[in-house]
Amino acid sequence: MRIHVDMNRCESHGQCVFAAPEHFSFDEDDNLLVVEDVPADEAVRAAVREAAAACPVRAVTLHTDGTAA
Amino acid sequence: MSPRHIVVVGASLAGTGTARALREQGFDGRLTLVGDEPHPPYDRPPLSKQLLAGEREIGDIALPPTDGLGIELRTGAAATALRLADRTLALADGSRLDWDALVVATGAAARPWPAPVPGGVHTLRTLDDARALRRELAAEGARLLVVGAGFLGSEAAATAAELGVPVTLVEAEELPMARGIGTVAGGFVARLHREAGVELRTGTTLRSFTGAGRVTGAVLEDGTHVPATAVLLALGAVPGTAWLRGSGLLLDGAVVCDEHGRALAEDGTVVPDVLAVGDASRRPHPLTDGTLHLGHWSAAVEHAAVAARVLLHPAGAGELPEPPVAVPSFWSDQYGVRFRSLGLPHLADEARTVEYDVPGRRLEVTYHRDGELVGVLTANRTRRLAAYRPRLADAFRHRRAAAAAL
Repeated sequence: MRIHVDMNRCESHGQCVFAAPEHFSFDEDDNLLVVEDVPADEAVRAAVREAAAACPVRAVTLHTDGTAA
Repeated sequence: MSPRHIVVVGASLAGTGTARALREQGFDGRLTLVGDEPHPPYDRPPLSKQLLAGEREIGDIALPPTDGLGIELRTGAAATALRLADRTLALADGSRLDWDALVVATGAAARPWPAPVPGGVHTLRTLDDARALRRELAAEGARLLVVGAGFLGSEAAATAAELGVPVTLVEAEELPMARGIGTVAGGFVARLHREAGVELRTGTTLRSFTGAGRVTGAVLEDGTHVPATAVLLALGAVPGTAWLRGSGLLLDGAVVCDEHGRALAEDGTVVPDVLAVGDASRRPHPLTDGTLHLGHWSAAVEHAAVAARVLLHPAGAGELPEPPVAVPSFWSDQYGVRFRSLGLPHLADEARTVEYDVPGRRLEVTYHRDGELVGVLTANRTRRLAAYRPRLADAFRHRRAAAAAL
């Protein structure tokens, strides 16, 4: 599973950072930093799915083998 | 056994979210989603910002489509009456729907002016509202008067000012947004408005409109006249529950619910198979004795997920699991400044300023009640919010446990 964030949509709401801090964080200026590759760990994947669902501007999408998951 | 036909009344964020969550959680019965607007479901926060600015249109703010999920979407269909006794829902077109379970998701409407208004006086709650106001702002010589400097009024004033439209913003309180986020943050917002050239008139209200047929301005309580080619009334929202009067549901503006979102009857008991979500609902929170109404985007999303779980909870599987303690969140974007909040700042009796930097466009304020953290607000400092979230969740959990132990 891979995370894609549309940075043109991102408004730094932080919901993804709250849900999955292993994969989403902010730099000093609230720019989002993303660890895109998600390991095959169900707990981590659940957190990443929650992060995608919580995004108020739907900037976070998840992909498996090149397709939307 | 889960219900055979679930009707969700209201096709905005909470309603479509509930319908989607039902399918995601495995509901395979009949599912009908009823909405009073003619448009496919869309997201409202951009209406006062990118939509009003002309940067986005309906296609950009659409909610995730319900196509392919086996959901019967009926747009342009306002609900007019709910009958609990024979489990029917009446619609404005005269048709009637039978239901086994029903979710009230009719949101809220803009609070209207208590008397007839001339042309050019607007409210802003729907896509059509936003388009109409946008046309006003695009007119030659446009001047906007915004009445009410809460979240919506403040955002719309900022959007108009950034379009180059002269704006007067009138607020009854001494500072904008003060009821929601207190006087420190309200003072910060006031400075942003004034720097942008918005004429901010606080501590006064609107007495009457001027202009015959078409508005030319308004007279304030202090007797001054404010010229305007258009007026936006941003006086708050009223839950869209008028159609439920006389239904037997307990209403306090919104539908009064238990912590699972199950609607209560007028005698305080749970109504079987009727839930309410989003702005049309109010429910208990550990920080209040009664129920709380939050018009938050995030609350609508959380309610939807909980509602689907409750509806699909098998009979005989015992008590419903306690819903997770929600940490409310809300946001506001004005002049490129990103206000982000967690918790319930409006319930605080004390605000502590951690950072206050208007030129640097940065703000961090914590909110406390009886010395206990209840909320936080930042501007362009979302990074700093994350650390507060577990603290707020813990505080709310402790409150709930303490209340349960009484």
